[in-house]
This record gives sequence, C-alpha cells and structure tokens, in this order.
Amino acid sequence: MKIKGQKVTLDELDLRILHLLQENAKLTYTEIGSKLDVAHSTVYDRIQLMEEHGVIKKYKVVVDLEKAGVQQIMALMTIHTDPKESEHIASKLAEFPEVLEVSSSFSEELVINAKVVAQDQAKLHSFVAQSIAPLPGVLRIRTSIITKKYKEEASQPFL
Amino acid sequence: MTVPQSRILRNVLREEAFYFFTSIGNYTGQSAASLDEFLQKIKEVNIKSLEFHLSREDFEKWIAQTLGDAKLAEDIKGLRNMKVVGNALRDRLYFLVSRRLKDLKISLETSK
Repeated sequence: MKIKGQKVTLDELDLRILHLLQENAKLTYTEIGSKLDVAHSTVYDRIQLMEEHGVIKKYKVVVDLEKAGVQQIMALMTIHTDPKESEHIASKLAEFPEVLEVSSSFSEELVINAKVVAQDQAKLHSFVAQSIAPLPGVLRIRTSIITKKYKEEASQPFL
Repeated sequence: MTVPQSRILRNVLREEAFYFFTSIGNYTGQSAASLDEFLQKIKEVNIKSLEFHLSREDFEKWIAQTLGDAKLAEDIKGLRNMKVVGNALRDRLYFLVSRRLKDLKISLETSK
C-alpha cells in the first residue's frame, strides 16, 4: 500500500486481504496470513493502515431477516426532481432511517434512486406520502416493491 | 364542536397538504393545500388516483382530520359506499366538493 498525500494506492496483497475480509470479516490475521502465504504481522500492518486511511470503513453483520423473523418489505424508488433541488432532496433522503441507499442517475433526465424498507405496504405508503412527496422540488415518484431477490452481494467485487 | 368556515377554507402547510398517488408509493406530482385547490385537482388528476384514494378512505380522513370538515367527509364516505368508478367518480366527487365549497363561502360571507 502506497500513500501519497490523501491518495492511497493498494497493491495486490492489500486487494487479496480485502477480498478475504469481504467474504468473512471474522478471519484472524493468522488465518489470512496462512491463506496468502505471508506473516500474520504483515496482515496486521496492512489492515491497520487500511483502517487508518478509511479504505476499510467498517465491519458489519449481514442478517438473514427472514430467518430472524423480521417482517419487512423493501422497495426501489425513482424520484423525479427539479434539478435545482436534487442535491438537497438526496441529502434529506439520506437522513431517513427507512432509506438504505440513495444515488442519482441520468438517462433521459436526472433522477434520484433510493432503496427503502418498511414494515408493510401501508407504512411504506405513509412514509412516501408524508416524508418524501412534501419535500420541495419532488416532481413525481415511482415505487416498485421488491417481490423476490435473485442475487444479493454484501460486498462489491474488485473488477 | 363546529369548525369555522374560515378554518375549513384555509391553506394548510406543505406537510399537511393532500398528495395524489395512483398506487402505493407512486406519487403523481399533484397536491392540494386547500379545499379550493383540491376541487381543481379533482378535474386534473389521473382517474386511477381518485379511485386509489377513495378506496383507502384518504379523502375522508384528510378532509375531516386536516381541514376539519366532518360534513364533506361524510358525503364522500357515502360516495365510497356507492362504489362509483371512472369518470362518474370524478364528476360525482367534483359535484360534492364544489357544492360544499359554495355553501361554505356563502356562509362565510353572510357571517361577516
């Protein structure tokens, strides 16, 4: 790993460590070292540096909500906005705990995309009607409720 | 307790306005912040939106709880029970709201 000012450049070993941690964040330094054929102290140093520089943001648990008995629905929202207000709307959306992801995209026009969760359809609708539709600059909203997931990657691969 | 006509006819805050949806989470971009504006929107919004909100009792709730007009809410409840759909629903709803608006405005004028 090379650090020049604010810029961090990862080498092959860093990427391989990250890949293993994305698969299983509970692996010990020794286990990682043994898989990559390097000393555990090297793994420790690399991970420390990546944590310090924000390359590793956090370690989290991926819960199977169905097995945990949690009832909830997930929906994808496309929010058409006044372009002057889109940044503000995206920031406001990011503040709601019901909103898991917020991004903007451009096809024929700039839109904001959000992934939201709610206990049921009635609560989802109340949330959209009372918290999102009234935001200044919201022109219209399309919401699709997710009925089935075919793939869900908790980690993003390095392509 | 009777709600004054001026209160029913007021403009409400943006957060209290009525937002027209066509289905769960699908906002049309149309909203009404007063009974006057609500009447206007009845003519303009997608018919699906009127049917969606009527079936969920959203109109009655907003008119009774936010505007404070129990009488109009009751009239709309009657319309819901008649299971009117399509343009007949738009026409009937427009008639009920416009008639009530007219009465409220006349009543407000005479009370001055």
